[in-house]
Amino acid sequence: MRRFFKGLFTLKRGPWEMVATLLIAVGVVMLMQPFVMWAYTYSFIVTLVGTVMFIIVSHFAEQE
Amino acid sequence: MSDKTIDRVASATPARVARKVKGLSDRAIAWIFVGPTIFLLLAINIFPLIWTINLSFTNFKANRNREVEYIGLRNYERILGDSDIWLSMQATAHFLFWTLFFQVLIGFALAWLINKKFRGNDLWTTIIVLPMMLSPAVVGNFWTFLYQPQIGLFNYVVSFFTGVDPSSFEMLGSVDLAPWSIVIVDTWMWTPFVMLICLAGLRSIPDYIYEAAEIDRASKLRQFFTITIPMVLPFLMLAVLFRGIENFKMFDLVVQLTGGGPGSVTEMASINLKREAFEKWRTGYSSAFAIILFVTVFGLASIYVKALNKVKER
Repeated sequence: MRRFFKGLFTLKRGPWEMVATLLIAVGVVMLMQPFVMWAYTYSFIVTLVGTVMFIIVSHFAEQE
Repeated sequence: MSDKTIDRVASATPARVARKVKGLSDRAIAWIFVGPTIFLLLAINIFPLIWTINLSFTNFKANRNREVEYIGLRNYERILGDSDIWLSMQATAHFLFWTLFFQVLIGFALAWLINKKFRGNDLWTTIIVLPMMLSPAVVGNFWTFLYQPQIGLFNYVVSFFTGVDPSSFEMLGSVDLAPWSIVIVDTWMWTPFVMLICLAGLRSIPDYIYEAAEIDRASKLRQFFTITIPMVLPFLMLAVLFRGIENFKMFDLVVQLTGGGPGSVTEMASINLKREAFEKWRTGYSSAFAIILFVTVFGLASIYVKALNKVKER
């Protein structure tokens, strides 16, 4: 966990990619869930942020 | 041998072409080869994408000759507040979840069985793999016949096992059964694909790991949960992502089977998009819808590539 947060603060690829992946997954779930309309409404922005973040952070340096 | 081939190719090059190429750098020659591909990629993929993004901010209708107005994010607001599109997303989710669930379960079980050495192993693999080699249009057509309540084989098989009258239920015409009918067909067609990927994962596990576990007196169940499952998991993840992306875009099979009906219970996102674009001719609105689907698929594809690299590292 400590390694993860250290990676986040020092802008390393692995932890940031994990955050982006999580955002994309949450966005997709929000888009398709049948329970609350507001989650569907905000799903696109969450997926978009996750996808753009993934493209950017995949250029970060790898964690040792 | 290869020198002779090179000499033969060099001597066969017309002198006029040879003179032109001689003065070019390696980089320039590389661009000559790559150039047409890049041009086609820009013309067929990138330009339509940019054009669609542009249209998604307008009220453009392809069947009307009126001035196009930029309306900002209004199309996106409408789509993300539209309960009909939300319902089509839920229909997609139902299809996606259950097809992945059954395909992974049956695909892994089949791969595990096929991985055991037995007589006729190769023949069974070929037979199991056959459905995924068929065209979705063909599969959709013949399953429509199989699902016929009067003459279809499916109803008779269900009747044989359950005792229910075969003409008392209609798989494609019933609101409750139609979503399951498309799940059954997709599972029948694509389980072999998941099986093949799982089989590749199972065969990549070295025997010495199991031998070491045997020496440590680990039970078969323990070996399954601590060796087999963790080592096949990246492959399984790959199969799930690949099928997930494919089924998210599912169109042809469902159109052939139910056409989105009865009502709109099997109207998935891609069918809804096609209706908005080419039946209601709301081009700007459907462009925004397409961009939403594109971003979702692109995001999933990014995770897919990441998973693929992880498998490659192994």
